[in-house]
Amino acid sequence: MEMQMKRGLLDVCVLAAIKNEDSYGYQIIKDVSPYVEISESTLYPILRRLESAELLTVRSAEHNGRLRKYYHITPEGLSRIEAFKEEWKEIMMIYRFVTNGDGTVSEKGGNEA
Amino acid sequence: MTKAELKNALNEKLQGVPEKELNRSIDFYMEMIDDRMEDGISEEDAVAAVGDVKEIADSILTEIPMSKIVKEKVKNVKPKRGLRPWEIVLLALGFPIWFPVTLSIGLVALILVLVFYLVYWVFILAFYLIDLCFALGGIAGIVYGVLAIAKVGAAQGFGFIGAGLFLCGLGVAFFFLCNIIAKGMIALSKNIGRGIKYLFVGRRKKNSDTADEAGSDPDKGASEADEAGKTDRGEIKTADNDKEDELANGQNE
Repeated sequence: MEMQMKRGLLDVCVLAAIKNEDSYGYQIIKDVSPYVEISESTLYPILRRLESAELLTVRSAEHNGRLRKYYHITPEGLSRIEAFKEEWKEIMMIYRFVTNGDGTVSEKGGNEA
Repeated sequence: MTKAELKNALNEKLQGVPEKELNRSIDFYMEMIDDRMEDGISEEDAVAAVGDVKEIADSILTEIPMSKIVKEKVKNVKPKRGLRPWEIVLLALGFPIWFPVTLSIGLVALILVLVFYLVYWVFILAFYLIDLCFALGGIAGIVYGVLAIAKVGAAQGFGFIGAGLFLCGLGVAFFFLCNIIAKGMIALSKNIGRGIKYLFVGRRKKNSDTADEAGSDPDKGASEADEAGKTDRGEIKTADNDKEDELANGQNE
């Protein structure tokens, strides 16, 4: 997948992973990695970026005698997910056009488009 | 590699990164290792799963703005002991010499950096301009060719149209080449940026640790001053950090 596209997708995936309830780093990786490849060293910059963009907030809570950071989505974060859904509708329309509407790549031109 | 070893390695490699920032990053990776171990993975494997030192250090460093790193460096360069009177006198007397020299060296360095930066991006721009010339030349050729068919003759006219089309095609092909070059150069500039950051960061032979602990300075006054300086710095640091965070936020947006 193209790097730039993956970056944008990862941001939304991380937000989606904390959408329903607050989550922590390792859990986010476990939730997201079946769909998109994600490692600690990619997750950390994303979390920092989302935090400074105020799409999520961080709090520390005790867990088994140590501190663990929990990430909580903000209303801005939620609307970022909604915006992603809207964008994706357009992309799906293009996808349908490219695949002739039946999910298979057309024989002529499909590959070139 | 154990958790503690990873922590030490990162601390050493990234010495000079603002402490708050560094600890935060390291804490994040430590938490991940703890969580993995809680999941029943051995310490060795958990550390390995988190990534190797270089990868983690690169990722931490890429995120930290250059300005913060330089600021931290400048903060740490502060002399450990107060200046002796004769040194102050020398400094004052030498002012007409060292000031212009330092200033001009600084200015030259600054200009060199700026020029390099400018050339770098103009280089990319130049490729696109060349491409634009291909396209414009091609279009002009086609237009002239069409006009020439009636006025000069079909042969010349079609010749020009053909040449025009060829140029247009070249323009399109070259455009993709430009994109590849631009992408490569942007990626390169990111790497160069990180490389420069590494110049400021990293093991300084652990000088600061040993020097502080040994306290081998014979005159007590100096080491006391040193400690006072340290706490001062500590206080400033916390006050500063909020400001820095705001700055960072601003940059990110």
